[in-house]
Amino acid sequence: MSRAFEQKIHETLADGRLQQAIYTATGRLKDSRLAVIAEGVLPDYQELRAHANALKKHTIDHLDYYLEQFERNVEARGGRVVFCKDATEVSDFVLSLAKERGARLIVKSKSMTTEEIDLNERLEHHGLESVETDLGEYILQLAHERPYHIVAPALHKTRYDVAGILTERLHVPRETAIEKQTAIARSVLRQKFLAAEIGISGANFLVADSGAVVLVENEGNGRLTTSAPRIHIAVAGIEKLIPRAQDLATFLKLLARSATGQLLSVYTSFLSGPRRAGEADGPDEFYVLLLDNGRTGLLDDPEKRQSLYCIRCGACLNACPVYRKIGGHSFPWVYSGPIGAILTPQFMGAAHEPALPFASSLCGACAEVCPVKIDIPKVLLELRSEVHRDEARRKQNRLEQLAFRAYAWLMRHPRAYEMAGRVAASLAASDGGGGWVRSVPALLNRGPVRAWLSQRDLPPPPPRSFRQMWRQR
Amino acid sequence: MSSREDILHRVRTALGRPEGGPPPAPRPVRLRIPETSLESRMASMIQRIEALAGRVVRVPTPAEAGAWVRRTVAGKQAVVSQAPFLAECGIRDSEDPRELRERCAAAEMGITSADYALADTGTLVLLSSPREARLISLLPPAHIAVVPCNRLLSGLEELFSVLPDPAAAASSMVLITGPSRTADIEQILVRGVHGPGQITAVLVG
Repeated sequence: MSRAFEQKIHETLADGRLQQAIYTATGRLKDSRLAVIAEGVLPDYQELRAHANALKKHTIDHLDYYLEQFERNVEARGGRVVFCKDATEVSDFVLSLAKERGARLIVKSKSMTTEEIDLNERLEHHGLESVETDLGEYILQLAHERPYHIVAPALHKTRYDVAGILTERLHVPRETAIEKQTAIARSVLRQKFLAAEIGISGANFLVADSGAVVLVENEGNGRLTTSAPRIHIAVAGIEKLIPRAQDLATFLKLLARSATGQLLSVYTSFLSGPRRAGEADGPDEFYVLLLDNGRTGLLDDPEKRQSLYCIRCGACLNACPVYRKIGGHSFPWVYSGPIGAILTPQFMGAAHEPALPFASSLCGACAEVCPVKIDIPKVLLELRSEVHRDEARRKQNRLEQLAFRAYAWLMRHPRAYEMAGRVAASLAASDGGGGWVRSVPALLNRGPVRAWLSQRDLPPPPPRSFRQMWRQR
Repeated sequence: MSSREDILHRVRTALGRPEGGPPPAPRPVRLRIPETSLESRMASMIQRIEALAGRVVRVPTPAEAGAWVRRTVAGKQAVVSQAPFLAECGIRDSEDPRELRERCAAAEMGITSADYALADTGTLVLLSSPREARLISLLPPAHIAVVPCNRLLSGLEELFSVLPDPAAAASSMVLITGPSRTADIEQILVRGVHGPGQITAVLVG
């Protein structure tokens, strides 16, 4: 376990107020979900899950086909699809477009994918202003923090924290009433929406048969981001595809229920291409950036591939007894909770935080609530065994390194070399009495030495070494 | 190799798929549309919108819808969309030389129709068009949607059966379910964070 991981966990456990905040917020989300999937309210819930799982499996298993179909349909509606291998390709595209169009101000709606690639920092590093517009994300951007929870990014902040952040960063009088804090953010961000040249959104779904980006949100910042500026850029992982618009009838029913316990989120936008001839408003340019950033690496293994079914509802975080104690910032990357524990090692490599797949009791609560039925505990077990394999390999390497270092030292110290030769000869001779050496004393006969000798014999040591013969010539 | 080729190549290699091979058909679409009467849809629509702190007004005729809207808007700055049904109700936009966007940003109310309404969630469905702008239902702090009751569908599943591909109809379809809201600070519900904090559905017929 890395020190940072351990330290964050201890800090979170020691913070009584934070413990209370995490417990209350996740508890509320958990209960809201239960209320809207109950037998009496949504009798076909289990059927919907199974259907959603089958659709996601089908799409991921034939992902290349759906990517190309999506691309064709976006372009047929006058939009453009750009495949991006990593964070740099995304930011390079946005930077060069902004430069060509003379854009300086970007509004952003909430997107875990852009968090994943630190898009704001990259754009701001090149002199662009990139403003988060989801209330929680805006507060965190002002505080220079990353999201605490996939759907409730600022759940660790109290109104008093927010008051401090707003006063310090916006130079407004201190305000602790939540409604008024919201109004302050609304008026600051409204100006940004109206002035921005570019809006960057994520995508909850990409619909292959219509070339559409689907966005689900409650505040209206997603709609503003994609309707007010002249240019809309959606940044989405390649796994976001679903085959048909009609499949949304299934996915939308599951997403809001699992995320916040709503029947539907307040706004579901279905966006296909730029404003069409005659349409009253909407962006003139429409781009979809399809991001790999490690995702194709998950496709090899049919078991681990299911990690890409995730629709980012956050239900597994609320259900997880570990997340509910150690919170979101203990996790080593932007994705936290059970889904973070399986995505992080696969996107960033197991070495990023080898202890992560072990930070679970394997109780199975996450798999039980997952609306697309990802078997998270099973993937965790796979990742654990991978970590073990890696460690065994590394340990062996360490021993080998040690042996070579000892050998190198010996070769540079003639007296020690001669001594070692004599010791080795006596050890070997004591056993075989002049014949082939088949084993060594028990003390040495272990690990790699034993393994080596089990397949090979050594020739008997000569009665006198070369050095002895030289001295006595 | 371009990033596009590279990514597609990686995907195909990992999945063991030949180039361009079409997949077997996915599972059939799952659309279960319940048989419901207009009255039960209406009752559900009203109950759902009210549960979301929205408001529902039911009037028997377009003329009465027009009268209700005029009374409500009196003395306020409003932007009215060009939806044909609003014209039928006698609800017309005021003469204003400013640009639509500027007017929406200044208005106290935005008045639109809706292409459909979904009874089981209390949702309004708006397709963008030359007559229905996106910003009218978005920028003003209050939104009024005037909808004939024959556009009241049972829910999402019926919507996607009458509109199998919304992209064919418009560049934007938005489903609006209640007033704009957030619970980002201490999970306390606040309405009207970026979109309208007040929403009224005027159901006609």
